[in-house]
Amino acid sequence: MEIAGKVRTAREMGLVACARCTRVWPRGTARCTRCGHKLQSRDRLALQKVWAWWVVGLMCYIPANMYPMLRTRMLATTSEDTIIAGAVELAHHGSYGIALVILVASVLIPVGKFLIIAGLAFSVRHGSALSPERRHQLYELVEYIGRWSMIDVFVVAILSSLVQLGTLAAIQPGIASLFFALSVIFTMLSAQSFDSRLIFDADPPVEPPLPGLSALPPVAHEADTSPESPGPRRPRDLTERPTP
Amino acid sequence: MAPSDLTEQDLQDLIACPTCDAVYHIVPPEKGQRAVCARCHTVLIAPRKRAGEQLIAIALSIVILVVAATLFPFLSINVGGLGHAASVLDAALAFSSSPLLVVLSLAVTAVIIFVPVLRALLLIYVLTPIVRDRPPADHAIRAFRLSEALRPWSMAEIFAIGCAVALVKIADLAQVHLGPAFWMFSALMVLVVLQDSFMCRYTVWKSLEK
Ligand SMILES: [Zn+2]
Ligand SMILES: [Zn+2]
Repeated sequence: MEIAGKVRTAREMGLVACARCTRVWPRGTARCTRCGHKLQSRDRLALQKVWAWWVVGLMCYIPANMYPMLRTRMLATTSEDTIIAGAVELAHHGSYGIALVILVASVLIPVGKFLIIAGLAFSVRHGSALSPERRHQLYELVEYIGRWSMIDVFVVAILSSLVQLGTLAAIQPGIASLFFALSVIFTMLSAQSFDSRLIFDADPPVEPPLPGLSALPPVAHEADTSPESPGPRRPRDLTERPTP
Repeated sequence: MAPSDLTEQDLQDLIACPTCDAVYHIVPPEKGQRAVCARCHTVLIAPRKRAGEQLIAIALSIVILVVAATLFPFLSINVGGLGHAASVLDAALAFSSSPLLVVLSLAVTAVIIFVPVLRALLLIYVLTPIVRDRPPADHAIRAFRLSEALRPWSMAEIFAIGCAVALVKIADLAQVHLGPAFWMFSALMVLVVLQDSFMCRYTVWKSLEK
């Protein structure tokens, strides 16, 4: 069930919302009494924090790809594998599935994350061809998927603890595993610093593209889209939808 | 409407979407229904019947599983009679062989053992009084805040995938077998998903407010 009218933001209503517990307070309140979170209508420093963590994360990601992730000693021969070389070797042995998992977790996800976070931060200042809705989906994807890059660090830890067979074979972790773990941590911090409300501020609020939209009474719709309108000023009722 | 027109009671009946700042009147959804932000589709309220008890049960299982999983080996290897089995503690301590990587080993131990257990214990501490209709525990607000902040850093379920990848990676090198701890971590993956779907943060914050 959809209710007619434009969605009003806490900022437009002269309020400030707690981003942690969703409580609303009058503008100027310093701290949320319910959860103790510091209240900021928009985190002005957010973009700077995002970029700072982003740069540090990238600086760690480069050596993570240049130095060996694993040092494998089989009898007398020792081999060192970077992330990419390790995946290529797996593919040579016919383990295409696992090579793909490693490439996705260690290359595609991190690189995609760097690009998406940069794109989102850039779009706040300069606008974007993508709708806020779509950009928010990208942001959720980055937040959800970022942790899974840790797979390769865990694989290194598992192999180095498991393959300790004396003179026969031994696997040691390489320095790249440290850089890689740091890179994952820093990009997670970068994504967490992002204030997603900035995505929705950049564009004027639009009617939600939900089914039932055409059934909106045209009068309420028109009255509400004009900024000077004296139309209904109360916030909308929260829509309820049954779980799919 | 100027903010001064809204009384404290009015403000209590409002909810702001943490993702896009849209403000709504709270119409408490029926159990099993969800209130979704019309603008960005973030789930704002999702109460469930007996969610508290279920969350406590899940948290308890997580504690038991993680503690048990540290003791059992998750993989064992066998090459020409030479065998070796590794438990989570071994994996976490693997990095200790070189001084710089000690930091990394601590981080691995933290995200697969300490953080998941701490998070589960905090949840039990916060939810138990709520479920029994008692006043919230001391510092419950701070405990819930910490548990929420730890959520992205709890990575026990990712470790299970790591085991599977490691298994295939050395499968042609040696005979490798999955140990009991691998199945415990796989079960954790399911529990973490359940935990996220049962948790209604709005309901918890609201009950801590009283
Ligand atoms: Zn709050
Ligand atoms: Zn929203």
